[in-house]
Amino acid sequence: MFVLAAAAVILALALVVARAVKGPTVFDRVLAGNSVGMLAILLLAILGFLTGRPEFLDIGLTYGLLNLIGTLAILKFFRHGDLAHDPNG
Amino acid sequence: MTQFLIDIASWVFIGIGSFFVVAGAIAILRMPDVFTRIHGASVIDTAGAGFLILGMMLQVGFSLVLLKLVFILAVFLFTLPVAAHALAQAVLHEGIKPQLVEDRSASAQGDGRQP
Repeated sequence: MFVLAAAAVILALALVVARAVKGPTVFDRVLAGNSVGMLAILLLAILGFLTGRPEFLDIGLTYGLLNLIGTLAILKFFRHGDLAHDPNG
Repeated sequence: MTQFLIDIASWVFIGIGSFFVVAGAIAILRMPDVFTRIHGASVIDTAGAGFLILGMMLQVGFSLVLLKLVFILAVFLFTLPVAAHALAQAVLHEGIKPQLVEDRSASAQGDGRQP
């Protein structure tokens, strides 16, 4: 059954990457990148259960925290053209 | 017997989660607009990941792995709606408007590419 879940996640990854390649605006690509990161965490967890090594969950936790930072940094860069934008000045 | 029932519940949850993950990915690929694609991504984030991790939680029982799964689910439920909200706000700030029902006849031939 974990094989079915891994196959579903890999299929979803393929569809989302197709949207990232196709996406008309940069926001479609940011959205697809965020979803790819999320699905990668799920795939890491499932792979840990498949191989009997749940240590992969630590990597998934770290990657989940980095995913938000990356998405917000990309959005801020495309909104202000600068990562060190000061809203007051 | 109890272990058997827990196994069955776990497989049912993992099956539902797999369905929602694939459905959300199809929505991301096929929806006509950036905002509706964000909706598809949110389906993956909440329903797909939630049911999959719930199924895994039922598999492991009480251990450290369960705590890690709870943390991963909490990270998902806290960070991914924030990312979706920031993305929608950035899209609106860029000047892209959502496709509405009344102008569907005017832009039905487009592929969601708004100026």
